[in-house]
Amino acid sequence: MNRIYLDHNATTPVRPEVRDRMLPFLGELFGNPSSAHSFGQEVKPHLEEARQRIADQLGANPAQIVFTSGGTESDNMAVKGVAFAAEKGHIVTTVIEHPAVMQAVSWLVKKGFEATYIPVGSDGVVNPDDVKRALRPETILVSVMHVNNETGAIQPVEEISSITKEAGVPLHTDAVQSFGKLPTRVDDLGVDLMSIAAHKIYGPKGIGVLSIRKGTRIDPLIIGGAQEKRRRSGTENIAGIVGFGEATVLAEAEREQVYARLAALRRRFVTGLEASLTEVYVNGDAARTFPSTVSLSVSHVEGESMLLSLDMEGVAVSTGSACSSGSLEPSHVLVAMGMETVLAQGTLRFSMGRGTTEAEIDHVLEVFPPIVERLRKMSPLTRSQAC
Amino acid sequence: MSMYSEKVMEHFRNPRNVGEIENPDGVGEVGNAACGDIMKIYLKVEDDIIRDVKFQTFGCGSAIATSSMVTEMVMGKTLAEAEQVTNKAVAEALDGLPPTKMHCSNLAADALHAAIKDYREKHNK
Ligand SMILES: Cc1ncc(COP(=O)(O)O)c(C=O)c1O
Ligand code: FES
Repeated sequence: MNRIYLDHNATTPVRPEVRDRMLPFLGELFGNPSSAHSFGQEVKPHLEEARQRIADQLGANPAQIVFTSGGTESDNMAVKGVAFAAEKGHIVTTVIEHPAVMQAVSWLVKKGFEATYIPVGSDGVVNPDDVKRALRPETILVSVMHVNNETGAIQPVEEISSITKEAGVPLHTDAVQSFGKLPTRVDDLGVDLMSIAAHKIYGPKGIGVLSIRKGTRIDPLIIGGAQEKRRRSGTENIAGIVGFGEATVLAEAEREQVYARLAALRRRFVTGLEASLTEVYVNGDAARTFPSTVSLSVSHVEGESMLLSLDMEGVAVSTGSACSSGSLEPSHVLVAMGMETVLAQGTLRFSMGRGTTEAEIDHVLEVFPPIVERLRKMSPLTRSQAC
Repeated sequence: MSMYSEKVMEHFRNPRNVGEIENPDGVGEVGNAACGDIMKIYLKVEDDIIRDVKFQTFGCGSAIATSSMVTEMVMGKTLAEAEQVTNKAVAEALDGLPPTKMHCSNLAADALHAAIKDYREKHNK
């Protein structure tokens, strides 16, 4: 059976070009870039080239680019690093952040920091005025994600940045879902700190970047051998870094073309779903959603039972975010959008990628409605129809 | 590859005894406090023996599989025997459940026991 992968917000396959670029670093180019001898020195330019490639994509200076182990570490470093440097104070964030930000903030609250969580509307988007109202003289950081991983909702980071700039408060954005897919130049978005990760753009897992604007007060989380200008110690994941650089360049080269394809596929998918099923709701406002993502709530049916049924047909999707698939509570993001919990429980996330085809979407449109019908017939919430 | 055992997947694919019973002798409906999932069990009882049992479930894959399993386990059994069925026995009959899914089997056993209780109350038994 040909499987169909519609979980690109969780992770993406490594592109062959990226893998080819990485292979020498899992072979003959094994040196430690900090070593003074030839083994180290022959590796070092590749590290710096990748840094330059990512810096170019962000419109940043290469000195601002700090390699980390991924999105989670970048988010933790941004939030905790700024908090550690400030020693005390107040953090403004949102109710829809990825757990990497959310948990870092709530951990700091336990340690004595204060926090304000900005709500979202039913479209899953933050209102910049709420950020303005939340600011206090003792606010040390504002952290607002760029694109939400569950709904695809694009947040008004640029507008928020004019507020934080005026207040002189550093702004962090988790751009893990937008980097390589939407423009993410740090000056255009007006952010001081930005988290990104390679594995969402067909690069390897376990490699990310925190971009840090010069002059931002931030402590390192990981200390030791003083790599990355003391900001993140540990021998560099050179294969991952080189792969990230390559994935970045490849993503940018096709970014607009992929966007247009995804937008067309999304329209086809949503139109098909709405035509073949009653009482299904596509969450968010299409005009403010990155088009790879379709968050769909289905009445009277629970999400995991739909996920399993689709998996049996070879179609891979997720309920909410991959990280919370093991958890019992309905998605905090959907609840924050004001959704009833039973409906939130019946939500699936379809996330398309560069390789998704019309034929795949049509196949899902064929197999999905019977799955919903079957599960609805089993549900005590449905009025008895057939049986 | 699945996070569930073959047995769970088999019951999920082909659930036994799905649906409603008209004029049931006992009905049990429980909601799971942990996850919000809901299960309803219908009984037809004659001479203290479960002659028919059906279920409806709004829940995850293992909730559907445990519902199906529990109906299979008690069909044709006496009420006293059915009252002895525990969530642990249901999970074991399915060759186990992942740790985060153990609570799903509570739903099945609880709905069954609620249906028996409903029957006993209605029929003074
Ligand atoms: C918005 C967002 N932030 C952070 C992360 C965590 O990134 P990583 O898995 O690279 O640690 C993810 C994805 O998993 C994400 O979608
Ligand atoms: S997760 Fe709720 S019954 Fe399984």
